[in-house]
Amino acid sequence: MAHAPDHADHVGHGPAHHRAPIGMYLAVFVALMVFTVLTVAASRVNLHQWNTPIALAIAVIKATLVILWFMHVIHSPRMTWIVVISSFLWLGVLFVLTFSDYLTRGWPIY
Amino acid sequence: MTTTTIDDAPFIEPSATAPRNYLNDEYGVLSWLLTRDHKRIAVLYAISVTVFFMVGGIIAFMMRLELLTPEGDLFTSDTYNKLFTLHGIVMIFFFLIPAIPAVLGNFILPIMLGAKDLAFPKINLLSWYIYMIGGSFGIYVIITGGVDTGWTFYTPFSTQYSNTHVFAVTLGAFITGFSSILTGLNFLVTIHRMRAPGLTWFRLPLFVWSMYATSVVIMLATPVLAITLVLLMVERTLHVGIFDPALGGDPVLYQHMFWFYSHPAVYIMILPGMAVISECVAAFTRKKIFGYKFVAFSSLAIAFLGFLVWAHHLFVAGISIYSAMVFSFLSMIVAVPSAIKVFNWTATMYRASVSWQTPMLYVLGFIGLFTIGGVTGLFLAALGIDVHVHDSYFVVAHFHYIMVGGTIMAYLAGIHYWWPKITGRMYPEWWARLSALLVFVGFNLTFFPQFLVGYVGMPRRYHAYAPEFQVLNVLSTAGATILAAGYLLPMIYLFWSLKFGRKAGTNPWGAVGLEWATSSPPPKENFHETPVVTWEAYDYPAFLKAMRETQHG
Repeated sequence: MAHAPDHADHVGHGPAHHRAPIGMYLAVFVALMVFTVLTVAASRVNLHQWNTPIALAIAVIKATLVILWFMHVIHSPRMTWIVVISSFLWLGVLFVLTFSDYLTRGWPIY
Repeated sequence: MTTTTIDDAPFIEPSATAPRNYLNDEYGVLSWLLTRDHKRIAVLYAISVTVFFMVGGIIAFMMRLELLTPEGDLFTSDTYNKLFTLHGIVMIFFFLIPAIPAVLGNFILPIMLGAKDLAFPKINLLSWYIYMIGGSFGIYVIITGGVDTGWTFYTPFSTQYSNTHVFAVTLGAFITGFSSILTGLNFLVTIHRMRAPGLTWFRLPLFVWSMYATSVVIMLATPVLAITLVLLMVERTLHVGIFDPALGGDPVLYQHMFWFYSHPAVYIMILPGMAVISECVAAFTRKKIFGYKFVAFSSLAIAFLGFLVWAHHLFVAGISIYSAMVFSFLSMIVAVPSAIKVFNWTATMYRASVSWQTPMLYVLGFIGLFTIGGVTGLFLAALGIDVHVHDSYFVVAHFHYIMVGGTIMAYLAGIHYWWPKITGRMYPEWWARLSALLVFVGFNLTFFPQFLVGYVGMPRRYHAYAPEFQVLNVLSTAGATILAAGYLLPMIYLFWSLKFGRKAGTNPWGAVGLEWATSSPPPKENFHETPVVTWEAYDYPAFLKAMRETQHG
């Protein structure tokens, strides 16, 4: 039997086999812990309308660290980047079009 | 390494069919339940979705019987609520969404690509088990008293008021979603990584393009449904305020999140149908599909635009009129790629020598009914008309023209088209044509009156109605009876053909495509030799020329 269509054993083990040093994982872990403490601390201070944006910003930074390092995206091929970025674009579609409703409900109707 | 090219492969004589195939390679229940062969998994899915289709169909027939008379004389209103809810849940989550991808896609897609299997065979089997676990929640709910929220589980009714099995059935839908995700993932990786040598993107059959688009939608939309259902379960059980205004939530948020999945889910159901239609149109007109690239890219356009239209389900739910205008406009745009497909299929048939075998009859049914469903969808995308016909039988008729007139017609076309490949046996053509006719007549008689009765004001989801609507309802119930006969016939004669059907041979339709280059039923590894593709998709002129030369030579 020929080998051409027999990729099943190789799928998922593409060129993304770069291993970051253990120190990098520890640094990311420490950063995540610091941001967690920061989240709790920020929630205890009354920043008025800024509480939510700050909490969200911290969450985005933490998610980015997890995606890039713990999920190895930073060393992954371009196709993985396309998949990750398009997933966030879709999330953007969900948010933008949903807010097109919530943010315009108060607009006057002529 | 030996190779064969697609241009000589279709001429393999039936007598050269390998004696061993995926059906007789191994025996015993465990050889099926633990199989990693995509073809056997497709058969497992075929049996499962057929059972769910029968369950959903019986429930539908019970509703049509109730609606024979204006009075609610067969079921109480509570029971009727449960019937239409279960009909929707079973048909959508457990039949329409998995039917074509998990049955026909699972069986045919790897063979079309010249691959031995899908990229992740174990995950493929896992997806069937997950589907069965999710489905068993559905069966459990049916047996233990049902659920009455409608298949959409709208809040706050589902979280605060309904005392039926909301939690169990949403958990079932949640679990089944993972089965779809795994199938979509498997298809995407297989299409990217396992195409045969020479099978470039623009040589792919349009079936593959449509399945690719479907998989993208599955991957991006289904997780949102999962999250939404989890939030619903959390609010219902733990009373965390997400959708309930009394707890600081917003019920319209539920509708936004639910339809962000469930409108694209319509395309998860119809895109695979379009996949089948492209294959059948080419095979039975013996022509290249007119505008191949337009049809291919229209699948991706539908997948993309399908994500931008969900709030047309919310026009009367209190959303902002400005937002509604945007969604109305976007909903009309999604008709463009759908229309491109219909025009291109029709253009392919123009001046072709069409053969009128059963799959082609279903194709013609699909094109007509899908067009009616699509055009009435434009009515509903228009803000003013939607306010008038919202929650009426007009909407019921519209989406049945898409899902039953579209997806199920395409599924039946595909089952008949690939039946010889799947089983190695031909179905009885006369009976099959009769069933196609019954389905077409029965379908139209069932659902066309619903457009009329909806337009004049009959609301959906009621077990009793005003007496002036009775004539149209009687017509609809009569149509449902014919439709049921049309669906029962294939179940009987296809089963019969397994033993008594004429042997099919490798390529009974004289069709182009890698699946017709291997024996029927295919061997376990699909091809004895790796195929090398040197032809464009649907190159019938060259194929027919080569066939004539072979016959004369």
